[in-house]
Amino acid sequence: MSAVVIDGVWKFYGDFPALRDIQLAADPGACLALIGRNGAGKTTLLRIVAGFSRPGRGKIKIFGTEPREAETRRKMGFIGHGISVYDELSAFENLKLFGKLYGLSDPRKSALEWLERTGLERVRDGLVREFSRGMRQRLAVARAFLHEPSLLLLDEPFTALDDRAIAVLQRLLREALAAGKTIVMSTHQLREALELASHVALLNRGHVAFHGPCTPEMVADPGYVYARYGES
Amino acid sequence: MRDKIIYLLGVVALVILVWNINTIAQLPEETRQGVVFKIIFFHVPMAISAMTASAVALVASVLFLITKNFKYDALAVSVTEVGLALLAGNLVTGSIWGRQIWGIWWAWDARLTSALVCWLLYAGYLMLRRAIEEPTQRATFAAVFSIFAFIDVPIVIFSIKWWRTQHPQPVFWGGGSFPPDWTTHFMWNMLAIALVGTVMVAVRLRQEECQREIDSLRRMAHAI
Amino acid sequence: MNFFRQVFVIAVKDLRAEIRTKEAINASFAFALVILLLFSFAFDPEAETTREISGGLLWIVFAFAGTLVLNRSFARELPNDCLDALVAAPISGAALYLGKAIANYVLVLAMELVSLPVFSIFNNVTRPVGQQIWPILLVMALGTWGLTVIGTIFSALTVNIRLREVMLPMLTYPILVPALMGAMLMTSSLVMGKPLAGDNLTWLKMLIGFDLIYTAASLALVEIVLVG
Repeated sequence: MSAVVIDGVWKFYGDFPALRDIQLAADPGACLALIGRNGAGKTTLLRIVAGFSRPGRGKIKIFGTEPREAETRRKMGFIGHGISVYDELSAFENLKLFGKLYGLSDPRKSALEWLERTGLERVRDGLVREFSRGMRQRLAVARAFLHEPSLLLLDEPFTALDDRAIAVLQRLLREALAAGKTIVMSTHQLREALELASHVALLNRGHVAFHGPCTPEMVADPGYVYARYGES
Repeated sequence: MRDKIIYLLGVVALVILVWNINTIAQLPEETRQGVVFKIIFFHVPMAISAMTASAVALVASVLFLITKNFKYDALAVSVTEVGLALLAGNLVTGSIWGRQIWGIWWAWDARLTSALVCWLLYAGYLMLRRAIEEPTQRATFAAVFSIFAFIDVPIVIFSIKWWRTQHPQPVFWGGGSFPPDWTTHFMWNMLAIALVGTVMVAVRLRQEECQREIDSLRRMAHAI
Repeated sequence: MNFFRQVFVIAVKDLRAEIRTKEAINASFAFALVILLLFSFAFDPEAETTREISGGLLWIVFAFAGTLVLNRSFARELPNDCLDALVAAPISGAALYLGKAIANYVLVLAMELVSLPVFSIFNNVTRPVGQQIWPILLVMALGTWGLTVIGTIFSALTVNIRLREVMLPMLTYPILVPALMGAMLMTSSLVMGKPLAGDNLTWLKMLIGFDLIYTAASLALVEIVLVG
């Protein structure tokens, strides 16, 4: 069974189709990189897959179920533009909160484990608002990985990350892929993304201009896909 | 074709309305209240049409949430706007009548007050729409608000009724004295005002459709 | 994890974040004090008529100051895009809504419980309020729940739109008219020494009905507001 199936998805803003008949799929263990210009619909598509908004037409299946079902959401981890943790709570409290919301058997233990894996155990009781940018981003990564999701949805994950956070994230993503988990990410940072990607989809004005495996040419020259399949 | 039907209906509505006004003007004056009593021929049909409009807005809003078809959103907003205009007419005629009979422009009488609260409720609907840029979100949120507003209408009416009542009891159902031929005239005017309302809704619907097309073309132009 | 545990986790989260910053509750209480002060210029606090309208004054304070708390409810989720993480979590929109509503209820009620004695002292009604304190608290509990239910769902509705702070009161007060009216009339008549019977009982039933209907409607529609 495919990890993600995007079947004929349309999204409308009024009468204007922001996404047009998107057909994409990713198998378990695959890493799909969504690339395309600003406004091509990458974020819109990712948010629909994550269940933040409903498609105007078409269907999304994640491991065979709808994105809005609680069971499906337990299997998904999402990193968006914001860090999605609370400034007024400590790192530990944030992770415990999400551990409880995801119904983990021992939220405390998982929280401590992920604080350690992201190198934040020393500041576990510090309030997030006192954290540096890099620490906040690592906490965001910990939040998304906390419930061991089998599908990771990442919206521009490498944008605005510092070197250390990029290193942490890339290591975690590699481990996740090695463990058979699926990743769908939208990105502008082609080099970082294509190193991980097994498949590439190029979105152009709301429809899929190219979809296929990631080839050595693409990794060697990140501009290759745009030049070959992109808009004139 | 559709536009022609709308205009034709509009002409019919106006003809009936003018003819009605003529006949109503020739009716004898009511013994106690005088000529101002005739305001009832407009006051009550406006209230009934406005209430119908809020019910139609509810149905359209629910249908939009189910189907996500923007036709229903357009219907909801058109009908709400026209309903608000009719309710405003109802409030103004009521106020004029109050000035003549009660001697004051505004009394915190049950019906007048609940009409005002309903007017404010649905004015909120229009303000909410104005504040949201993205059409799908605008339509969704507006539909949710319309449902909340509609639920409130009966609660408002009943609670304000308990609060106070000095409005004249309805002439028709309250066993009042309305001569039968006046009832006929009243019904004709009811039809005329409902028809005027329908035509205005149809015109607004057309506008909404065009607006949606313009918006999407504009987005398309930005996307190129 | 069951529904009520999720509700509890969300409510505790909101309360903990609020207690750390005290933004909303401080602003709300300060605002309540200012309105109470302004009322004393508008109405002669010694006069018997003030007692007759005391319920109305009190609920105007509650509604205005409460809005400041309610406005913060979903706005609190805006920095860092926290709402995304909550919507992504495997909890229903209803659980999220109810948790937030309960947190708001606690905060608004806290503001009211501090304002009530201040109000009583300023307007010289400590004795009548003291004599009827339990019925008054019951009316406050029910009226505030109505305020919170409507305020919380509309806070979700207005969180991402222009002029959020202005829109929330513009949308909520007309809807709240029956609830506020009932609460005002009941409170006034209680302060004037009448029992919670007769007409007051009718209002009480109306208020309970209002609370139930809008709680149900909000729980049913919140998922549409959050996800579309």
